[in-house]
Order: sequence, then structure tokens, then C-alpha cells
Amino acid sequence: MGNSKAGLSFTHGVWAIVTKDLAMELRGKEILTTTLMFALLTLVIFNFAMDLTSLTVKDIAAGALWVAFLFSGSLSMNRSFLYEKEEGCLSALMLAPLDRSAIYFGKMIANLIFTLTAMVVIIPVFTVMYNVNVMESFILQSLALFMGALGFNAVGTLISAVSVNLRAREMMGPLLLLPVVAPALIAAVKISGGLIRGEPLEELTAWFQILAAFDVIYLALAWILFEHIIEE
Amino acid sequence: MSTPIDTPLIELKSVSKRFGRVAALDAVDLELRAGESVAVFGPNGAGKTTLLRIIAGLIKPTSGGLFLGGEDLTHGHHDEARKRIGYISHQSLVYPELTARENLSFYGKLYNIENAPERAESLLNDVGLKTRADDAVATYSRGMKQRLSIARALINDPDIILLDEPFTGLDQHAAEMLINLLIRLHGEQRTIVMITHNLKIGLDVSSRALIQAGGKIRFDKPVSQIDQAGFHDLYINVVGGAHY
Repeated sequence: MGNSKAGLSFTHGVWAIVTKDLAMELRGKEILTTTLMFALLTLVIFNFAMDLTSLTVKDIAAGALWVAFLFSGSLSMNRSFLYEKEEGCLSALMLAPLDRSAIYFGKMIANLIFTLTAMVVIIPVFTVMYNVNVMESFILQSLALFMGALGFNAVGTLISAVSVNLRAREMMGPLLLLPVVAPALIAAVKISGGLIRGEPLEELTAWFQILAAFDVIYLALAWILFEHIIEE
Repeated sequence: MSTPIDTPLIELKSVSKRFGRVAALDAVDLELRAGESVAVFGPNGAGKTTLLRIIAGLIKPTSGGLFLGGEDLTHGHHDEARKRIGYISHQSLVYPELTARENLSFYGKLYNIENAPERAESLLNDVGLKTRADDAVATYSRGMKQRLSIARALINDPDIILLDEPFTGLDQHAAEMLINLLIRLHGEQRTIVMITHNLKIGLDVSSRALIQAGGKIRFDKPVSQIDQAGFHDLYINVVGGAHY
């Protein structure tokens, strides 16, 4: 009896959960389809709602883009732990000889991959629709998008775990997420907007620092709190 | 991990669990020896699932102590303890989007199983799902999901098997298969704790019977000392007709 080897390493546990989530999404395509459709609809509505000239578009581009990411992402984030709850699989994950924060990091990395994939599709569409080159400062803008997405998913995955046991989870998830993620969103919009307008890096450094601090704080908090959050 | 012969494998000392104002378990004392097969009967709301979830380490007691092989696990199960436990719930605990083979492969990875593909193959064969192993679980019937759930719980070759109403949704053939599997596992000296509402099956596959009601264990006897013909009446008497 008991044919398992020494305990699974943290990274192997995280990787097993990431690949499982990616395999499920490749089969169902629910999260990516929902995220993309919602984000594209948001961009279309913004485009019609505002009278954009080449002078104003650079001022609102970053806001429109990040709001599209945020709204669509919050929809998909809700699903993250719901998949684990529906057939009781979260219990099976908790029973496994695995550091429970590995469950969080596995889910968070999978969500981050979904968000980044959505960004790769949405940004070219945005560029054509709004006639503005978001990726002119390619490296810095990529870093800002990654850091913003990381902060959003760090908080979103944690809140998805919190809200999955609530009765009004579909409503509570976004309601809890939006205020908490606001500092990261503001910083990301400031950086992306500044880069689109061609502002020098020195003017954006403070926002980069805020975004980095947000990411580190919430990842650390999740690492500490996750085990207590998923226990009923 | 071996347990000294005099030490109970699983021991609950005055374990209580409250959910808000509701006491699901009320100062439960229980000792389970290695190799015992225990059936837990009781009405809905008796606290049976809570008892099982505490033993599994899914929830912590509000007060009291839980010991596994004499080791205090009241504040949480470590990896070695988790490796020893297989848990079957009335939920399937498998992913509908994945195939049966992918589900077992995933759980095999989590338990770091040495010979995972062979183990998965053998379990799929045991539960009669070999021919449907590469179909998505979403296409399975309730009974097939339950059989896969049994295979999942055994992937780590556990010596403690906890079953929460495992016969729910099983057809006659699948129920017989599970009965035979439980008898085999008991014969292999594994410790089995099974919640069931089926008094006959419970007594047939177990060496000891418990009746739980109102968060307390009201009856505890070896099956060999129970008059099986009169057990139904005894059960009603213990739990009270109003709960039955």
C-alpha cells in the first residue's frame, strides 16, 4: 500500500494544475471565448460612445483598453474556482499531498496565461479600431501589461477562491474584485497611457514601483492566506 | 508508515465541530483499528459527513483532538498523512472536461505516483471503465462517474479509505462491483470507514457498525455481535422514528 514517491515538489504541483487548467480550457474554450467577446464588445461600445480625434484618442486609449481587460477578466475569473467546486474537485486537490498554496499559484498562472492570450488578440484589434499604436514602446508596454495582468490575476484568483462558497458568488466576485484591484488598474492605466503618449520613463517610474509593490504584496498575501481561505 | 499494535490507527478525542450555532459533531470519541471496516449509519444531518471530512483533513475540529497512528493531526494533515487517505464523496471529484485517463493521470501526478500509467490502467480495469477511458467524463452517466471517483480515490493506493454514500447513483451491476471491491480492500487489511443509508450492504461489507445521530455516536458494535434481522428496528429505535 502507498506507492507514491517522496512528496511532490511545489513547482511540480503548480505545473500539474496549470497544465490541467490549460487542457480543460483548450477543450471547452469557455474562458477565452467569454473574455474575448466581452472585451471586444467593450471596445466597440467605447468607440461609438466617444468622439475620438487623433488628439484625444491617445488620452483615453489606455483607459479603454484596461477597462476592457478588467471587465472581461472579472467575468472569467469568477469561473476559475467554480470549475473546482462543481464536482467537488477542490476537496480532491485539498486531499492531495501538496502545499495548498500550490493550488492558488497553479490556478493563478493558468488565469494569467488566459489574460495574456486575450491581450495578444485584443491589442491588434484595438490598434486598428482606434488607430493608435499601443505597442510603440514595445518592451516597456509589454512589461506594464504583464505586471498589470499579474496584479489583476493575483487578486482575482484569491477573490474567486473566497467567493466560490458564497451563495451570491456571481455578483460578489466582481464586487469584491474591483475595489481591491483599483490601485493596480490605476497604475497600469497611467503607465500604458504615458507610454502611448511618448512620456519619458522617468515620469512613469513611480507608477511602475506602485504596480510592482501591489503584485508582490498580493502574491505574498495569497501565499499566506490561501490555505485558510479554502478551508470551510 | 506502520502503527504500533496497541495504538488505534485513527483516534478522535472529544471532537466537536460547530457551523455557526449548529453543532454537527458533539464531543465524539472514536477509536478505529488498522484493518477495520466500519459502516456509519444515521439520518440526514447526523454529522456523518462532518466526521469523515475531519478524519480526511478537509475540515478542522472546533475542539477536541484527531490522531493518526498516535500522531496529533488536529491542526492539519501533513503530506505523509494525506498520502495514506483515499476519499470518496457523493460528489464525483473528477473533471467533466477531461477523460477518465486524463483525470487519473492528473491525480497520479499530484500524488507523485511511481507507476502512474500502469496504476491508472489497472484501476480503470477494476472499475469497468477501460473501454470508455478516453471519453470525456461529461459524457458519463452518474454511475460511471462514481466508478471513476472510486478509481481516483485509490490512485495513491491508500491504507485508509473513507467513503461517503458511495452507492448513490450506482446501478445493480456497479453496486455489486463496489461491494466486491470493498470486500477485497478489507481483505487487504485496509481501514475502511463508509457512510451509507443501506443497512444491509453496510453490514455485509463491514466488521463494525456505528449509528450516529444528533452529532453523537449512539451505537457502536462489531457486526459479528449484531442480530442482522433485527438491525432495522434497532436503528429506528436508536435514531428515533422522527428522524428516519
